[in-house]
Amino acid sequence: MAKFTSSISKGAGSLLNWFDDRLPVTKFWNATMTGYMAPKNFNFWYYMGSLALLVLVIQIFSGILLAMHYKPSAEEAFASVEYIMRDVDWGWLIRYMHTTGASFFFILIYLHMFRSLLYGSHKAPRELLWVFGMFIYVALMAEAFLGYILPWGQMSYWGAQVIINLFGALPKIGEPLTQWIRGDYFISDATLNRFFALHIIAVPLALLGLVLLHLVALRENGSNNPDGIEIKKNKDADGKPLDGIPFHPYYTVKDIFGVGMFLIVFSFVLFLWPEAGGLFLEHDNFVPANPLVTPEHIKPVWYFTPFYAILKAVPDKLMGVLLMGASVAILFFLPWIDRSPVKSIRYRGLWYKVLLALFTIAFVRLGLLGMAEGTPAQTWEMRVWTLVYFMFFVLLFFMSPGGKTKPVPDRVTH
Amino acid sequence: MKKLATTLFIAALLLPLTSLTVSAAGGAHVEHSGANINDTASLQRGAKWYVNYCLGCHTISYMRYNRLAEDLDLTEEMVMENLVFSDAKFGETMDIAMDEEQAKAWFGKTPPDLSLIGRSRGVDWVYSYLLGFYKDENGGWNNTLLPNASMPHILWPLQGIQTPVYRQEAGEGGFTREVIDHFRLTTPGTQSPEEYRQTARDIAAFLDYAGEPAKLKRKGIGVWVILFLAFFTFIAYLLKAEYWRDVH
Repeated sequence: MAKFTSSISKGAGSLLNWFDDRLPVTKFWNATMTGYMAPKNFNFWYYMGSLALLVLVIQIFSGILLAMHYKPSAEEAFASVEYIMRDVDWGWLIRYMHTTGASFFFILIYLHMFRSLLYGSHKAPRELLWVFGMFIYVALMAEAFLGYILPWGQMSYWGAQVIINLFGALPKIGEPLTQWIRGDYFISDATLNRFFALHIIAVPLALLGLVLLHLVALRENGSNNPDGIEIKKNKDADGKPLDGIPFHPYYTVKDIFGVGMFLIVFSFVLFLWPEAGGLFLEHDNFVPANPLVTPEHIKPVWYFTPFYAILKAVPDKLMGVLLMGASVAILFFLPWIDRSPVKSIRYRGLWYKVLLALFTIAFVRLGLLGMAEGTPAQTWEMRVWTLVYFMFFVLLFFMSPGGKTKPVPDRVTH
Repeated sequence: MKKLATTLFIAALLLPLTSLTVSAAGGAHVEHSGANINDTASLQRGAKWYVNYCLGCHTISYMRYNRLAEDLDLTEEMVMENLVFSDAKFGETMDIAMDEEQAKAWFGKTPPDLSLIGRSRGVDWVYSYLLGFYKDENGGWNNTLLPNASMPHILWPLQGIQTPVYRQEAGEGGFTREVIDHFRLTTPGTQSPEEYRQTARDIAAFLDYAGEPAKLKRKGIGVWVILFLAFFTFIAYLLKAEYWRDVH
């Protein structure tokens, strides 16, 4: 038996050698996993990236299976989704994986981005890492918007109608642009068909490319950490960072634990609460799209509502669209807006904690207000929080260079 | 100090939830139905009421008879004898023979398919809707949840006829308006009010089921999935702890 297993491992070893002579398998594994040193003080916030990658895989996997049964035509789309829910074996599971995955993707990405605000992960030398991440976020928003039209329910139809019409606010090019996007004078079969193509091929390809760039940029400088210290500054005699541990096996086993924790929450929603009270699957979207009947209350899915609230806060349509665009665009420039000499919130002054707390409250409240029906009082509240949202960046720009900081230790803390 | 700041922060996050839910409320009253999708007898009764009273006009065109039989513990003979009044086959969906053009002529519009009413409106809405029919001053049928719709009260022989008792309520700008306070049963039906509530509950449960047949199995499977994942996560934690023992 021992002889047998040793000959197996010998065989596997020579097979690996055969590949290594032709493809840098071991070299790549060493460079990105076992030889890649990560700070040893990662906390809860550092699970989000690997989990987002997991959800990306879940979405691609469930998406391929859905595409085998879904019919991208205005006549058949709604019925084909119900066919998946009822007649396809385990079809309901596949669809709920995809719908639950969509919302969890955004939850994870928002937490992932918030982590950056906490520990300054966007700051030099990781500006490009942040910018690639922002492109991923925008691609994800496009992906979610395109995918939301596919069930061809009332909210699919009217949500798309509202969002596409936003482009119509642009002077001169607006009207032709909306027609170009729709491929028709109104949202129709042509729109659904092209959105399907973009949703299952174009945007996922872009997403995968961007994720690759994001990971390559991450491996170049290594992860930041809750202390915001560059671990490469303190190396031992062998040139290994004193506060670093090999990514594999330490963080691979830790991330497996994180995957377990995440999947428990994910499965809870998927199996026991898939509609999430109308947040993940909206009630109005169980009514087939009807161009003649406008729903009482049109609103985007929860992950878009903070920006939707900023749009609604402005009385002028064009200005609203521009401000909404600016609220996303400004995030791209965060690495240059935040000019603090210190990365982590642990060593920044109280002023930053207050600013970040207000910004977080503004974002969450805008999200809630974006779902609401929009009474005049709510509109005023949206304006206040829109102002707070933008003031965060303005104040950060002016306060961060001279703002009070605490001394940063040389080595990471526990 | 830190605790106070954290509490204030969380309070500020949650505050709008309460103020928003208050403003989102309003409109007609939706009662809690108590419909139970796991009560097979209730689903069977609901299916019976539905095919006898509702299916004449409202299709459930995504629901198949054979699936219904399987999920509701019914045999093919029972379904074909008691639930299928058209020439539909066992494997077909619950459609109707009524011509769409005729339906439009009779009701002003085609009665909607109710496959997903339990998901779009909710099971409590269906229940309350079935309890909300009344004879208004014009002698026609009306409903508290869908005022002035063309739907007549098909179940009136069971429930009887109820008429509204109004009360005055202060409205905007100092005007008073009449609102329905409660109903009076002016003509009793074949069922007692409690029996009729159960009928409405059965139909609501059936439509809840018809909206998502997978719901019957999904929750049970979910519990096992979560139990497995809890076990997996525990093992993963032990593995992680073992590896991390030498990290200081």
